[in-house]
Amino acid sequence: MRIDGRRVFIAIVLTVGAILMILPYYWMAISSIKPPEELFLYPPRFTVARPTLRHYVELFTLLPVARSLLNSLWVASAVTLSNLFLCSLAGYAFAKLRFPGRDGIFLALISAMMVPWQVLLIPGFIIVKSLGWLNTFWALIVPNLAMPFGIFLCRQYTLSIPDGLIEAARIDGYHEFGIYVRVIVPLLTPALATLAIFTFLSQWNSFVWPLIVVQTSEMRTVPLIIGVLNGQFGANVALMMAGALVVTLPMLLVFLAFQRQFIKGIFLTSIRE
Amino acid sequence: MSRSRLEGQPIGYLFIAPALLLFAIFIFAPLFGSLYLSFTEYTVIRSPHWIGFANFHTLLFRDPRFWTAFRNTVYYVVGVVPTGIVISLVLAAALEDLPRGKQVFKVLYFIPTITSVVAIAAVWKWLFAGEKYGLINYVLIRLGLQPIDWLLSPKWVMPAVMIMSIWAGLGYNMVFFSAGISTIPQTLYEAATVDGANWWERFWHVTVPMLRPTLIFVVVMGIINSFQVFEQVYIMTGGTGEGIGGVLDSGLTMVSYLYDQGFVKFRMGYASAIAYLIFGFVFLLTVIQNRLRAR
Repeated sequence: MRIDGRRVFIAIVLTVGAILMILPYYWMAISSIKPPEELFLYPPRFTVARPTLRHYVELFTLLPVARSLLNSLWVASAVTLSNLFLCSLAGYAFAKLRFPGRDGIFLALISAMMVPWQVLLIPGFIIVKSLGWLNTFWALIVPNLAMPFGIFLCRQYTLSIPDGLIEAARIDGYHEFGIYVRVIVPLLTPALATLAIFTFLSQWNSFVWPLIVVQTSEMRTVPLIIGVLNGQFGANVALMMAGALVVTLPMLLVFLAFQRQFIKGIFLTSIRE
Repeated sequence: MSRSRLEGQPIGYLFIAPALLLFAIFIFAPLFGSLYLSFTEYTVIRSPHWIGFANFHTLLFRDPRFWTAFRNTVYYVVGVVPTGIVISLVLAAALEDLPRGKQVFKVLYFIPTITSVVAIAAVWKWLFAGEKYGLINYVLIRLGLQPIDWLLSPKWVMPAVMIMSIWAGLGYNMVFFSAGISTIPQTLYEAATVDGANWWERFWHVTVPMLRPTLIFVVVMGIINSFQVFEQVYIMTGGTGEGIGGVLDSGLTMVSYLYDQGFVKFRMGYASAIAYLIFGFVFLLTVIQNRLRAR
């Protein structure tokens, strides 16, 4: 009996916590479909009497939101695909190929992971500006085409692939790139899935870099919409909530579809030992 | 042994070349560029000119806004990290005791981790709305308390951001603690139970000491991440017409100040000096973490 009581108590605590986790999302969704006269009712209502999509219509006509969604999709996809290729290729070289200076270079990469992004912000901006890339996809994509962390992750996974497999492929006459394509990539799939999730997510949610390199509404990525709404339409709560939902929903759906991979992925990508 | 192995495989250089080129341009060059700029006065209009340690000297001895930013940031770190860790540790321990449904809870608590920080901040800005309009003030009123002007009173801006950040970070921390707890041998708990320990005693005398490595990791990561807080305060103090720091700079953090100096005032040399002070702090913490782990 005593054990059961404790379990029930634990379940109640966790459930209350879970409700508190979900509540802001519910409030966001419901506020985005409330007509203005219901939004500021006191006491606040948790239901909507007359739901409306007018704030979404307003949002998509006021700002080029559809364009922003496409921009985000394009930037995140391009960066993700490139990272998958460049990081796994370099990871293979660092794990299995022998060449002078290999370990020293790898050490430099590891140290680069420690550098906080703020340090790179100002010179990064100056470099992108001098290349004439301000307000272009180049600025949003190229600096992120490969991440040291991605190489680190791929190298760790590649190390666990037995040398025998690689030797066998070499005896079969495969060249190094052939080995990478036929042997390494198929065995690296779990690591690549993790890397893809992490990269796509962080690109989709990226805010500060786009904030400083994007100058026109056509080039905005989705999170920047929040910044604009916040600055220019700060008082328009429903519009803000509609914008927040547009940013949140795509990743939320992907997350719910691949929850285990997501949680494991974020977990793995945080442990940089 | 094959000849290729003895001679090495120089094709490896080709495989790492694209990534290395990118890092050279977008990580290593900026890293040293930033260091150089921190010793210059650079306002974009004219080319940078060398002023030695003047930026650092001004920051540390003559700039009250820098110290406001520093104080707010430390206040934020102290407010968020310990509370967030205690709550998520207890929740993770509770979760591991649950016979079923762990995954459901993990998913629900994890949602803020995958949500854009600016979207979260936008939603909480509405929850923290002043007078009787925000949901949080409604709860306060129902509890018989006075409503708080969260985002417009200098006293309450940082606490509001802290509450939001603690909420947002719970699931992330929980995943680490859950992973740590699942490696603790069950026999330790059984032995503790035989000795008559209750849930709380087992948590305090078995779970917490066994989680020491995880705790060190989560605490240091938490401090480093919180020290770099920006997007939350940028949104929550934005749109008030008060500039980057909100009312009386009450929401100004180190990174907000960097952004303000670098990209609002275009004092890029000065901003680079701020960036390097942040870097120094993060570096120090990483060294401390490695020392602690080596023990």
